Amino acid sequence: MTQPNEMRWQRKDLLGIRELSSGEITFILDTADAFKEVGTREIKKVPALRGKTLVNFFVEPSTRTRTSFEIAAIRLSADVINISAMSSSLTKGETLKDTAKILEANHADIIVLRHSSSGAPQFLAERLRSSIINAGDGAHEHPTQALLDLYTIRSRKGTIAGLHVAIIGDILFSRVARSNIFGLLKLGARVTLVGPSTLVPRAFEKLGVTVSHKIDEVLPTADVVNLLRIQHERQRKEYFPGIGEYIRLFGLTKERARLLKPDCLIMHPGPINRGVEIDSELADGAQSVILDQVTNGLAIRMAVLYLCGGIATP
Amino acid sequence: MNTIIRNGRIIDPANQRDEVADLLIVDGRFAPLSQLSTLKSQPDEINASNLIVSPGLIDLHVHLREPGFGWKETIESGARAAAAGGFTTIVCMPNTSPVADSPSTIAWIKDRATEVACVNVLPTGAISKGLMGEELAPIGSLAQAGVVAITDDGRCVQSNELMRRAVEYARMVGLPVFDHCQDYDLVGKGVVHEGYWSTLLGLPGWPSAGEEAIVMRNALLAELCDHHIHCQHISAAGSVRILREAQARGVRISGEVCPHHLALTDDRIQNFDTNFKMNPPLRTREDVTALLEGIADGTIGILCSDHAPHAGFEKEVEFDTAPFGITGLETELGLFLDLLVHQNKTVALARLLEMFTVNPARLLQIDAGTLSPGRPADVTLIDSELEWTFDASRSQSISRNTPFDGWKLKGRAVRTIVAGRTVWKL
Repeated sequence: MTQPNEMRWQRKDLLGIRELSSGEITFILDTADAFKEVGTREIKKVPALRGKTLVNFFVEPSTRTRTSFEIAAIRLSADVINISAMSSSLTKGETLKDTAKILEANHADIIVLRHSSSGAPQFLAERLRSSIINAGDGAHEHPTQALLDLYTIRSRKGTIAGLHVAIIGDILFSRVARSNIFGLLKLGARVTLVGPSTLVPRAFEKLGVTVSHKIDEVLPTADVVNLLRIQHERQRKEYFPGIGEYIRLFGLTKERARLLKPDCLIMHPGPINRGVEIDSELADGAQSVILDQVTNGLAIRMAVLYLCGGIATP
Repeated sequence: MNTIIRNGRIIDPANQRDEVADLLIVDGRFAPLSQLSTLKSQPDEINASNLIVSPGLIDLHVHLREPGFGWKETIESGARAAAAGGFTTIVCMPNTSPVADSPSTIAWIKDRATEVACVNVLPTGAISKGLMGEELAPIGSLAQAGVVAITDDGRCVQSNELMRRAVEYARMVGLPVFDHCQDYDLVGKGVVHEGYWSTLLGLPGWPSAGEEAIVMRNALLAELCDHHIHCQHISAAGSVRILREAQARGVRISGEVCPHHLALTDDRIQNFDTNFKMNPPLRTREDVTALLEGIADGTIGILCSDHAPHAGFEKEVEFDTAPFGITGLETELGLFLDLLVHQNKTVALARLLEMFTVNPARLLQIDAGTLSPGRPADVTLIDSELEWTFDASRSQSISRNTPFDGWKLKGRAVRTIVAGRTVWKL
């Protein structure tokens, strides 16, 4: 495998997109290109992280992200163990710092952390020599999701710069939205956030995006629509009156989808609420790249683990 | 044992006195200089040239953590930190374990303070039993036990009806009501100011309106009950506006400001350092400007620390689970001198000291805060020009949770005297 460009990766951790330069983001995407090819081979495994130990430390439950990281690590020949909140000593009152120090003392080279508190990965990165990969922290960042979204858009559209991307749904509580906003703006896209004013407050405009509460005005000019899950399980009931009204005002129904450009990509980080944020048929339709996102996620996570894992020296 | 403090610049705001003179202490009380000739032996001399001789400073918002949380702070260590910061009187908050909502707990605190504290420790009592905001604490009994105010600090009585009854009842027994102004519905799980940084970092926001709504509530209840409500640690611009407007109409309401709400703004949270997590949270430059204006025009008349010690292991956790609060007694005077007198020229030195002495003394109705003959000889000697660096590792507090470690400050207490006895000296 050859390095895709001349840049040298210098970070042991991937904590968020906000701290990355556009050059670093592009470098990860280029590195993922090479790993994407590995996934098409009959033998899908490379020895890049042979002898390294990766811990999937998921304090907040997750299936798809954890699985993706696990498969990515296995394909890089790392040894993988999975720890969930339930199986960790956190339930016995051990602090995050102590639990993480134990992992480091067990020679974990890479810790992939999913945590409900914003900033938890940075907290560990400042205290451990292990490489820390943020797999989603609170409503803060989910950098590998944004990278795989960027990768998917770039694969389909050739470039990111100049595109108009609409991110629709629960933005306030979404780490996916924040990481996407940072990444898209750094690579030159125009971003419009769409959703009810309670979930898409005006404060986001200071991040350099446009806020809209009228989806029908946004859809015709969008090159990409990224629909976020309406996370009714983590919300208090005051945020919107109900699912029925949400669909009426913001759901991507078949009728609304006619407003889209024919080549507009439909994305969703999953898990999908079929019939809520997106019509079920649209999710499986020709414009949908939802499954591409999942496959690209493997290549992105291999690239990130390869780059950061190569820096860590526990 | 008698003492004479020579050649200091005596600033006694209560008596509108500002002159270079000597100050005589006889038997632990201030005495007129004329008494000097009648003394049997020569008093000890303290040379205070180039120093300010101030009435002992009062901090009416301190958490001493005892009973119940002695690993964070004790009455002894907290009092030592106060002395090192120039404070001769501190008022401790009732959110201990057990909560200071009974005469027996107040008696315990007072006894303990008498035994171990090097400065005057005055307890407050709870407004509601267990700080639960449901039933009134025995406010009359607490008054008899010697509390100087009632407050549910750390928590806020949400029921307007219960608060109204508490204020009415406190009026009967002559206790001021202090309130930590926080509307739980509006604030929710908020841990930082709701604004740009909470949006960027995905941290739950604590909107200014969550404070302002309760300040407004208190203005209405203070008027309704014709009794004093003191709004603790005011952080938001709107709160200053509400206080100003209510005071202009003669409503008996006041507010206090902590140094961190002037020295720091919410951009400091961007590295998720929990030493910048306090309640109310750090706010914006506009809020700081409004607080400074409120101090300049007298809307805010009291300064305090909200000294809130927590152990390192308690603070060194995820941002949204870390406890709120920072230590403050030792950095308070230096920060306020630096911010209000040296940098911003918000107030003159005499007015700064007024906010640390006579103003809190009047609110608390205590025999302190002035250098008048006959009063207990609590004195703070201050070098207002001294440049120094705060080293948290050498703090007198048991805890180290401060965002000001390594800060260079200008102005410091160099000697603290309680009832004529030096309890701390630089």
